[in-house]
Amino acid sequence: MSAVHLSIPASIRRRRIAWGEGIIKTLLALCTLVSVVTTAVIIFTLVDECLGFFDNVSPVEFFLGTRWVPLLEPSSYGVLPLLWGTLTVTFGAALIAIPIGLASAIYLSEYASMRVRSFVKPVLEVLAGIPTVVYGYFALTFITPLLRTMLPDLHVFNALSGAIVVGIMVLPTIATLSDNALRAVPDNLRQAAYALGATSYEVTTHVVLPAGLSGVMASFLLAISRAIGETMAVTLAAGATPNLSFTFQESIQTMTAYIVQVSLGDTPAGGIAYQTLFAVAAYLFVITLLLNIVSQFILNRYRETYE
Amino acid sequence: MAGFEPSAQLQRRHRKAMFFSMCCATVTWLGTVLLATLLIQVSIEGFKWLDLQFLTSFPSRFPYKAGIKSALVGTLWLISMVAFISIPIGVATALYLEEFVQKGRLSRIIEVNIANLAGVPSIVYGIIGLAIFVRGLGLERSLVSGALTMSLLILPIIVIASREAIRTVPESTRHAAFALGGTRWQTAWSHVLPEAFPGILTGIILALSRAIGETAPLIMIGALTYVAFLPEGPMDSFTALPIQIFNWVSRPQQEFHELAAGAIIVLLVVLLTMNGTAILIRHRAEKLSRNPR
Amino acid sequence: MFSNRMIGLAGALLSLLSSVALGEVLRGTVSLDGSSTVFPISEAVAEEFLAVQPRVRVTVGVSGTGGGFKKFLAGETDINDASRPIKGKEISIASAQNIEFIEIPVAYDGLSVTVNPKNHWVDSLTVDELKRIWQPGSTVTTWRDVRSHWPDEPIRLYGPGTDSGTFDYFSETINGKSGASRPDYTANEDDNALVQGIAGDVNALGYFGYAYYASNKDKLKLVAIDGGNGPVKPTEKTINNGEYAPLSRPIFIYIRKDSLDRPEVQAFTQFYIENAALLASEVGYIPLPIAVYKRALERVQRRESGTAYHQQNAAPDLLATQH
Repeated sequence: MSAVHLSIPASIRRRRIAWGEGIIKTLLALCTLVSVVTTAVIIFTLVDECLGFFDNVSPVEFFLGTRWVPLLEPSSYGVLPLLWGTLTVTFGAALIAIPIGLASAIYLSEYASMRVRSFVKPVLEVLAGIPTVVYGYFALTFITPLLRTMLPDLHVFNALSGAIVVGIMVLPTIATLSDNALRAVPDNLRQAAYALGATSYEVTTHVVLPAGLSGVMASFLLAISRAIGETMAVTLAAGATPNLSFTFQESIQTMTAYIVQVSLGDTPAGGIAYQTLFAVAAYLFVITLLLNIVSQFILNRYRETYE
Repeated sequence: MAGFEPSAQLQRRHRKAMFFSMCCATVTWLGTVLLATLLIQVSIEGFKWLDLQFLTSFPSRFPYKAGIKSALVGTLWLISMVAFISIPIGVATALYLEEFVQKGRLSRIIEVNIANLAGVPSIVYGIIGLAIFVRGLGLERSLVSGALTMSLLILPIIVIASREAIRTVPESTRHAAFALGGTRWQTAWSHVLPEAFPGILTGIILALSRAIGETAPLIMIGALTYVAFLPEGPMDSFTALPIQIFNWVSRPQQEFHELAAGAIIVLLVVLLTMNGTAILIRHRAEKLSRNPR
Repeated sequence: MFSNRMIGLAGALLSLLSSVALGEVLRGTVSLDGSSTVFPISEAVAEEFLAVQPRVRVTVGVSGTGGGFKKFLAGETDINDASRPIKGKEISIASAQNIEFIEIPVAYDGLSVTVNPKNHWVDSLTVDELKRIWQPGSTVTTWRDVRSHWPDEPIRLYGPGTDSGTFDYFSETINGKSGASRPDYTANEDDNALVQGIAGDVNALGYFGYAYYASNKDKLKLVAIDGGNGPVKPTEKTINNGEYAPLSRPIFIYIRKDSLDRPEVQAFTQFYIENAALLASEVGYIPLPIAVYKRALERVQRRESGTAYHQQNAAPDLLATQH
């Protein structure tokens, strides 16, 4: 408790504490405001340029068109290939990262000894910090050749490698955050379940996971957010060709990769080619927003809090 | 107990449990091994270039002369500043949202909002950073602009991870503090925060790990690639390790690829040191925590 | 040809002579940004300039030619590295902002067309054939479509992304208009990745800068280009003397006229042009003929602004007497 001199009368002490409390509360609220303001700025910037874009390109063409060729003549502004690229890579990455990450988290929190845990967990966390360009080259020089021995029709740049490498990249996030969430579940819950004769599998899946669901899903969310926003690894592994093909064997381009290509590339400023980046970014923003709302909803329905 | 025969169903359940635990173990070790191969591959390529000259030289067009001095110092400056800015704001936000705000519509909206910010591509933060910090506030292409931009980028990660950590603190802890006459802030500071500390620290580690490896937003706000001097203050221009790595890796000559591998090793060492310190702190905190396991 | 050591010594000698000529110790900053293609040359120049004028801070960024122009036209940089000439929109912004620029070509990059080493049927291609393959709406899908005695295997095209200067130059030279290309090729921003792509695909055909071929000769097969005078392979000699046509592209720097009023920028620009020949070949590009550099120096001295590649804001083409 804060050190308050006991010789000061209680009423003044209380008032002082309340006053200090008010200041701290305001400071904290201001910090929270930073995030709110950031969102506002992002939305404003995107919408501003988007309006200019949709003056020149019909929304129908944008949302439903199947060819994305904004920088060539004849130009075509259908965003579906980019959307498909993003969905493919994100979904594929989630398919890899979530089972493996969750299984690792369960192992680390439920089964592993303290020694194993103190070795594996830091290793995973270091791997979360490897620059993305390294993962990209890893995909190109290790993963793709490996895959090509199994799938000879695989192109050198392909969506499968991209999804795999992004999955590997976000794996540590899920593992380490879920491990935290599962470990925080009070032990008496486990003991109670064991006392009722449950096996470790049943305890984990019926008691621990539901209790830690909030943290686990937060880790999924952060991982998927990272996967969506990933550019360099994807570009190196999967190329930069907007492509609506349904095999995973060809080169694709994600929305984020396209945004980086235009921002840092040779496109002249102003002009519709530059505005495309804001339209794509806005679309991505809306999609992630929907994703978040849906996951919030699911979470609130299935989460169980104890105490 | 003599004569006790477990039923067939019980045996099946136990077998299932064993199978499950072995699956989890295998997967974890496989994952670790795969990631370790990645590390080893990088290390082998880059190891021969690691020497004092590499660490103390500026970049050059001659591979044997080139070094990462400006990039390493830039990264260290950047990460320190980012940590300094983002950790207090992030943890404060999480505390505010969990301890001081009523759980209602507003709280949920802000939660969705922050979760969404986590999914905004880093390049968009670069675009915003360019408009607001570099041009709007006139901070130019300096370390401050870079640090502010990166802080915005990783803030959602810290907030989300910290919120989850704070949520795991049982209500009984808070009630105990209130019962003793504590105010919200006193409770938060002396009871909730220490218990949530390990989880918050994990979030900070993840966030800073992300920040240290980012390239695109830094290039956008004007981080340089060739710099032959060290930054002398927060308003100086700079370069960073990931930018140097990316530059070398894109060159045609093989020697530059190997140099890049060397730089990656240095980056990982920095990361390891950062994480190592945090993990030590977390270890101590976990030992003292209320949930001894 | 010359060992690195020799060229280094020659450069140092030149720097020494320049510093003797320059005399005074200069201070200040020179900021460059722009294309990653031109970056190695700018880096080399900055490195050598540091030896001559250690008090001048030269910094080089890599935001891309377009991104670099944005910063250049906002007055944030002194020199823009450009792998393509300035475009109409950018010229308009320049005149709106009252920024005058001086266009200086600094080196040639020979765009090399390559195939997989196991490709035994292609030794050369004519410019016409390249056009047929790469033009928008092209119907070429197999090697047989190009020459009837070639195998009936699908052609797999690899190339840089649609917004890169390399792509721009290739499509303008081969297809007649910048940005005109068939869209269905495998694009990748990273030229090293393209090398990997072509090296791993028997039916591949792609193009990128000469330096990337030179560093990967064991993984690629070079295709000679017939521009009307017989097939020519890109080498230092053929690119420099104009035989390798039309795929020798010039790369540029653009200097802000008002920046030249600062003595450090003036000294740096002069140094750049004087040493570009030496340093460009060290980093994998081809020097321009000496006469062009002489004319470039004169242009800087006369402060002659404008571009040779657009009617708006026109200036004489320094490379004109070459082809």
